[in-house]
Amino acid sequence: MFDLDRWQEIYHVLRKNKLRTFLTAFGVFWGIFMLVIMLGSGNGLENGITQNFGDMATNSVFIWGQQTSVSYKGFPRGRRIEYENSDILALQKGIPEIKYLAPRTNVGGYDGTSNVLRKLKAGQFALFGDFPVFNQIDPVNMVKGRFLNDLDLKEKRKVVVIGQRVVELLFEKGEEPLNQYIEINGVYFKVIGVFRSKRTGEQASGDNQRIHMPFTTLQRTFNYGNTVGFFNVTAKDDVPVDVVENKAMDILKKRHAVAPSDDDAIGHFNLRKEYDKMEGLFFGIRLLVWIVGTGTLLAGVIGVSNIMLVVVKERTKEIGIQRALGATPINIISQIITESVVLTTFAGYFGLTIGVGLLELINYLLSSSGANTEMFVHPGVDFKVAVMALCILIVSGALAGFIPARRAVSVKPIDALRYE
Amino acid sequence: MINIKNIHKSYVMGQSRLHVLKGIDLEIKSGEMISVMGASGSGKSTLLNILGILDNYDTGEYSLDGTPIRKLNERKAAALRNHLLGFVFQSFNLISFKNAMENVALPLYYQKVSRKKRNIIAMEYLERMGLKEWAHHLPNELSGGQKQRIAIARALIAKPKVILADEPTGALDSVTSLEMMDILQEINRTGITMVIVTHEHDIAARTEKTIKITDGIITEIIKN
Ligand SMILES: Nc1ncnc2c1ncn2[C@@H]1O[C@H](COP(=O)(O)OP(=O)(O)O)[C@@H](O)[C@H]1O
Ligand SMILES: [Mg+2]
Repeated sequence: MFDLDRWQEIYHVLRKNKLRTFLTAFGVFWGIFMLVIMLGSGNGLENGITQNFGDMATNSVFIWGQQTSVSYKGFPRGRRIEYENSDILALQKGIPEIKYLAPRTNVGGYDGTSNVLRKLKAGQFALFGDFPVFNQIDPVNMVKGRFLNDLDLKEKRKVVVIGQRVVELLFEKGEEPLNQYIEINGVYFKVIGVFRSKRTGEQASGDNQRIHMPFTTLQRTFNYGNTVGFFNVTAKDDVPVDVVENKAMDILKKRHAVAPSDDDAIGHFNLRKEYDKMEGLFFGIRLLVWIVGTGTLLAGVIGVSNIMLVVVKERTKEIGIQRALGATPINIISQIITESVVLTTFAGYFGLTIGVGLLELINYLLSSSGANTEMFVHPGVDFKVAVMALCILIVSGALAGFIPARRAVSVKPIDALRYE
Repeated sequence: MINIKNIHKSYVMGQSRLHVLKGIDLEIKSGEMISVMGASGSGKSTLLNILGILDNYDTGEYSLDGTPIRKLNERKAAALRNHLLGFVFQSFNLISFKNAMENVALPLYYQKVSRKKRNIIAMEYLERMGLKEWAHHLPNELSGGQKQRIAIARALIAKPKVILADEPTGALDSVTSLEMMDILQEINRTGITMVIVTHEHDIAARTEKTIKITDGIITEIIKN
């Protein structure tokens, strides 16, 4: 229903005191603007942090060896725990809840690098011996070729899958790396695949400087014998990874004569727990944003309600005339509520669009400047959230108008008419 | 048309209580034109506002066109004011941001008559008042007499049965006042009941009956 008289009245009321209308509208504008900016920034932070996880299965646990802190079964404390191939089978057999088990050994230990040569170029890169299943747990984007497969392991092939940064550093621009050979610690390996990390920022550049070869090849070529560096284990989808973690600890403690009470001998890192902690943090941020944001918005809406009270008071006589001519309470109330809703929605709509626009601009500037913004990725708000905010606005606009409207019709028509 | 029996009305202001109407009995037949006179503060406006369902009363009975008016909810009161009653006030009470035509059309807005249709009807009434050329002027561009004629047109547009006028000529010069009485008399001849509050004798003299109120009671009814 497009009711010209109603809009004429709204226009008249809002225009009559332009500064007041502007200030009131600004309160609402600012409320929704801040809400959008804060939600968007929160999302940016969240995106930044979750992208550090890449596509890694969060239901997973890392297990590595440390030193015992309790003497046990005749062994002194301070003994280094080292895993070997037989542990792989024992874990696989002992824990039916395992989905993927990926043992890994890296040359030079954690954070160690190896000298890699290719023609006249050279570089230092991390070198891993892996199982094909590793790419299920912490997947990479294959740019060229393929990842390791079972046959590579079985035949202990001298093949490698290398990160994109490795290619950039060891090959000429435009040169095809596939099926070329690179020399690692004096041994030649054929490049069968090139990958790119799914993470962003610093983590990604670390990933992209890695070289993966078959687990078995690494053990034999670089004299690691039976040694396993660490295990990356994921649980089946319906099983919490803690179950797998605890069972694995028990099995490994038994096999390596570690005291059941010794918590230092076996290092373990439960990704699920970290992820949950992070989720808790995000939830906290989101909650805070909503509390502060809706608080600001509420202040704006209360401003509207106050102004509507003043407006209604100013128009008391006019409302009295309308009632003498036959306006029902519903007529009056809906008129005032419409005014209030128009004001809040209009102002809120501007706040919403300008807020979203600003986020888009930041997004554009971030991506076009190519800045390394690891902690802040794609700030923005959901369309659903935007619509919800607008709905909140309309409802609160109606509420803001309701109290003044009720007041307007609660007086007797004659008292309204006599009001000067 | 209007039937009131033993109406009492007091205004309460804090501790004190002002007994304004002290038992009014009055019967106004359909098509009658009566005037109400009395000293300032005697309760004339109070009575007229009760008749117009703009104000409530304490005790007594009031029936308007057969409908008992007592503890009416505001929605029904609004409907009665809209369909049965037309008001003419001393201070015109036009809406400042609406032009003459829109002001006249307003009662039909509350009857949900379309804007186009009610503006056509409003133009007819403005023409009857000789104000067709002023239809698109705002109230503050018009003289007092013109404003009051617009108010009368507005009171008539919903074809009410009763017109209640509280000192309709109070803010007008004597020539315009007489013009206004001509118009009101003409309206009365179409069968509309009319109650006019005034303290001018020559105005009262042009009605059929004059009711004198003194200190909240009817002291005299004069046939003119
Ligand atoms: N809303 C009100 N509150 C308190 N006293 C009022 C109110 N309206 C009128 N009065 C008092 O009631 C008396 C009658 O008023 P009114 O009916 O307006 O008289 P009249 O119209 O005859 O001059 C006056 O003394 C006036 O001061
Ligand atoms: Mg009076």
